[in-house]
Amino acid sequence: MSRPAHRRPEYHKINKDLFVLTYGALVAQLCKDYEKDEDVNKYLDKMGYGIGTRLVEDFLARSCVGRCHSYSEITDIIAQVAFKMYLGITPSVICNNSSRNEFSLILDKNPLVEFVEELPAGRSSLCYCNLLCGIIRGALEMVHLAADVTFLQDRLKGDSVTEIGITFLKKLDEKKYRRKK
Amino acid sequence: MAIFSVYVVNKAGGLIYQLDSYAPRAEAEKTFSYPLDLLLKLHDERVLVAFGQRDGIRVGHAVLAINGMDVNGKYTADGKEVLEYLANPANYPVSIRFGRPRLTSNEKLMLASMFHSLFAIGSQLSPEQGSSGIEMLETDTFKLHCFQTLTGIKFVVLADPRQAGIDSLLRKIYEIYSDFALKNPFYSLEMPIRASLFTQPSWAPDPSWCGCFAGGRRQLYWLHKSLQPPRRLCSSCNAWQWC
Repeated sequence: MSRPAHRRPEYHKINKDLFVLTYGALVAQLCKDYEKDEDVNKYLDKMGYGIGTRLVEDFLARSCVGRCHSYSEITDIIAQVAFKMYLGITPSVICNNSSRNEFSLILDKNPLVEFVEELPAGRSSLCYCNLLCGIIRGALEMVHLAADVTFLQDRLKGDSVTEIGITFLKKLDEKKYRRKK
Repeated sequence: MAIFSVYVVNKAGGLIYQLDSYAPRAEAEKTFSYPLDLLLKLHDERVLVAFGQRDGIRVGHAVLAINGMDVNGKYTADGKEVLEYLANPANYPVSIRFGRPRLTSNEKLMLASMFHSLFAIGSQLSPEQGSSGIEMLETDTFKLHCFQTLTGIKFVVLADPRQAGIDSLLRKIYEIYSDFALKNPFYSLEMPIRASLFTQPSWAPDPSWCGCFAGGRRQLYWLHKSLQPPRRLCSSCNAWQWC
């Protein structure tokens, strides 16, 4: 009897409200701790970076994606496989500027902001889901790609869609050992 | 046991995890009287048999224990030099255990970093662009399989040459590593894996909380023993599903 090539592990269902509420509590506490929006955004990004460096191994171990050969392939995999696996949504991919390696992920549904009506007064430049940007940045860095990931548009700030912009900067040297930040 | 060892090497070539599961080695313990008819010599901080092979004690075997107490390199457990101790007729009759010398952890570290360099050389020697590194190294007594992830971590498994299914074993080890080592928030990346969940054989009574690498190791054992899916699912790699 031969074993199937890849066996999907069973995922235990958990109430997503718990996750959304936990994330909300995290952002609310950061807002209490730091006055400036830039600081909150920065720390969310840093936390996301730590998560991304670990999550990427889990992603690669479970999804069996092979080596990608172009930046658009990578963005497609992030949108169609990774987002689907972890958040259950599939953002669409747009290439903004292929010569400068800029891509965008358009999220029409964002589970993390389900219970958020609007940003509080005085927090107009808060990127609520900046953790996601950090996660993507950390994950790409572990596969030796430096990227700049930011929110280009955000429904919470009044734009029509939520758009995450990924700009691939350069390939990091695989052979040289880099000290972790 | 068809799997001899597992090594996990980080991006810089440092060994972060190592597991040996050799079958009990051929060891021989005998009582000797003065004078010792084996010729012993000091080599690499160990006392080896140079001449005088007999009764299961072969040339190249190391002194593992004297009078039941393990020796520490070239010194006895009491701190005396082994060769001096055995040259003194007053210490006889003495019972010495000989066996194939085990690799010390420093030697394993060195071998892992050497393999890391060879792996890189392997990919550079390739006539094709973008080749992978060494995937398999074959000898007459074992086969070494290596799997490098896209993030640069290498999983190396030494197994019996006839053993099949090592590729799926390596992928499974990768999954277990990503679960138990990485998801521990206090584990720093690229550091030696000290998480007890990763190494300790624990079958906790609660069936929903399975375990660990060695709990995983038992699964892996079943995996290549019978090439069937393990009987117990590793249920603690919780991933959330949106309901």
